Amino acid sequence: MFSVDFYDIESHLTDDEKLIRDSVAGFVDREVLPGIQKSFESGEFPFQLIKRMGQEGFLGASVDTHGGTRISPVAYGLMMQELERGDSGLRSFVSVQSSLVIYPIHQFGTNEQKDRWLPGLISGDKVGCFALTEPDYGSDPSGMKAKAVKDGDAYVLNGSKMWITSADIADYFLTWAYVDGIVRAFVVEKGSPGMTVQPIKHKFSMRASDTGEIHFIDCRVPAENMLPGVDGLSTALGCLSHARYGIAWGVLGAAVACYQEAVEHSKSRIMFQKPIGAFQLVQEKLADMLTDLTCAQLLCLQLGRMMAKDEVHYTRISMAKRNNVRVALDIARKARDILGASGISVEYSTIRHMLNLESVYTYEGTDSIHTLILGKKITGLDAIH
Amino acid sequence: MRIVVCVKQVIDTAARIVLKDGAVDGTNLAKVLNPYDEFAVEEAIRIRERLPDTEITLISLGPEGFRDALRAGLAMGADKAVHLLNPAFDDVDSLTASRLLAKAITTLGFDLILCGRQAVDDDMAQIGPALAVYLDIPCVTAVTQLEFSDDWNRATVTRQIEGGSEIIESPLPILLTCQKGLNQPRLPSFKGIMAAKKKQIETITAEKLGFDFITGNDSTSTVIATGLKLPSLRDKGVMLDGPASDAVVKLVKSLRDTEKVV
Repeated sequence: MFSVDFYDIESHLTDDEKLIRDSVAGFVDREVLPGIQKSFESGEFPFQLIKRMGQEGFLGASVDTHGGTRISPVAYGLMMQELERGDSGLRSFVSVQSSLVIYPIHQFGTNEQKDRWLPGLISGDKVGCFALTEPDYGSDPSGMKAKAVKDGDAYVLNGSKMWITSADIADYFLTWAYVDGIVRAFVVEKGSPGMTVQPIKHKFSMRASDTGEIHFIDCRVPAENMLPGVDGLSTALGCLSHARYGIAWGVLGAAVACYQEAVEHSKSRIMFQKPIGAFQLVQEKLADMLTDLTCAQLLCLQLGRMMAKDEVHYTRISMAKRNNVRVALDIARKARDILGASGISVEYSTIRHMLNLESVYTYEGTDSIHTLILGKKITGLDAIH
Repeated sequence: MRIVVCVKQVIDTAARIVLKDGAVDGTNLAKVLNPYDEFAVEEAIRIRERLPDTEITLISLGPEGFRDALRAGLAMGADKAVHLLNPAFDDVDSLTASRLLAKAITTLGFDLILCGRQAVDDDMAQIGPALAVYLDIPCVTAVTQLEFSDDWNRATVTRQIEGGSEIIESPLPILLTCQKGLNQPRLPSFKGIMAAKKKQIETITAEKLGFDFITGNDSTSTVIATGLKLPSLRDKGVMLDGPASDAVVKLVKSLRDTEKVV
């Protein structure tokens, strides 16, 4: 069941979409929520969940081969929503593994490459990461410094990657670098000579997610590890569109968790001899939260239906990612306000979601970049170049 | 082994029940596969994992919406499903439901029948035992552990009793009702959910069962539900104000004179 469903979105879902959502919701209730607060506080990714998510089919949900079971775009979105109701870190892990590693290998790799890497990634025995962002190149990936030069039967890779989700636990690093002026993608395997990985600690957001930096110094990558279907940066951006679609749905889960906590609290917290939910100021916040959440849900549902018909231009995904992250962050902040002092304790989920959403706001295309993408779509004028 | 698992759809226990015209208003309430039936489906799948030549058939009697419960059981891993569907079945009592199920199950054939210990909506816990009577087979209720002989012809069953466990041995065929603790039901995997779309749900009508409502030869209502009531709301608590020393005096006075518990 949709836990917050003011506009009866349930009636627009197919039987398998409902079953998939309920199955992921059951997984989150049973296996994620009991330990997530501890993971967040200790700053550790809940590793034990990776294989379980593989068994349930979460990791192979975007491909139909090598043990994967491809599900509809709306079902994929509902999976992301439920995972992020658990924690944005967990959803980020699945976004990366599924949309940014498995999907590109499946789309742009040779049959041999797929046979080699996909089964382990889909089962959860292996972890992948997507190494695009660099210390000095985030929103402007075309400026990347990473470079690979052909040398016999290998490429020699030099460069640094930063803010890479799952880097410290990854077995396969899908790394983007220039070769003769064209961006190419390589699967660099863990432990390759010349590669070092360092975890990024001291984060106040996404604490239950692994983030790292990677340095390549004359790292020799076998030529057969280059994905032949990748031809320029647009390929990477195409993968990101897929992941951003999942984010637009995912943040709804965080928003639902915060909204529900705020509603519960507003009915049970007594101040001036009545529940705080009886005060107009609180009611206005709750009314805004539910309205924004409902609009964001409808946006996602229609986007998902268009995705299924292959009718989605990336600007439509930009609109959903930008809007829904804004909405979720705003709902989290309002919930945190309604919760009063309790709103800063991780014993409630709101502050954890609120802090996580600060990352989601500026990753996978910052809010500002998505604004400019929409601005260009509307006016035909490019604000950046 | 041929295993038949009886399942029912129930309103999610987390839902807030509303009564309308003397009945539960199920509109907009989340409905789920009865949790005790999930233990039964899970146990059947575990048996098939050990004995691959096993076929698991789900059976349910109830309105159109019960298909969702069958679909959920198929997604967990059952092989096929049978739905006894007729508007006249909607209001039958437990005894009649058991007779209808017995008729259908006899035509299916079985070595083992698994039911939930009870449905969490009406809490009757009658279908399993009544079904065993109609099928003339042994029945053990509230099962928490199940083992089989090497030739799979005998079952050793542990059941929960007050303050301990009872161990019973019986030849097959047998009917067992499953209790919490028997297993941890799996969540349907994506593979299971997509595979379930291709699995067959056979619909059996009253006519097919040879069940005669019209002449009244097969009565449908030995027991009639005459009303439903929601539990009364809990009384509001009393707050005792003032300094602790005064409050304690008030508390003792109230316990002695008003509540009369000391």
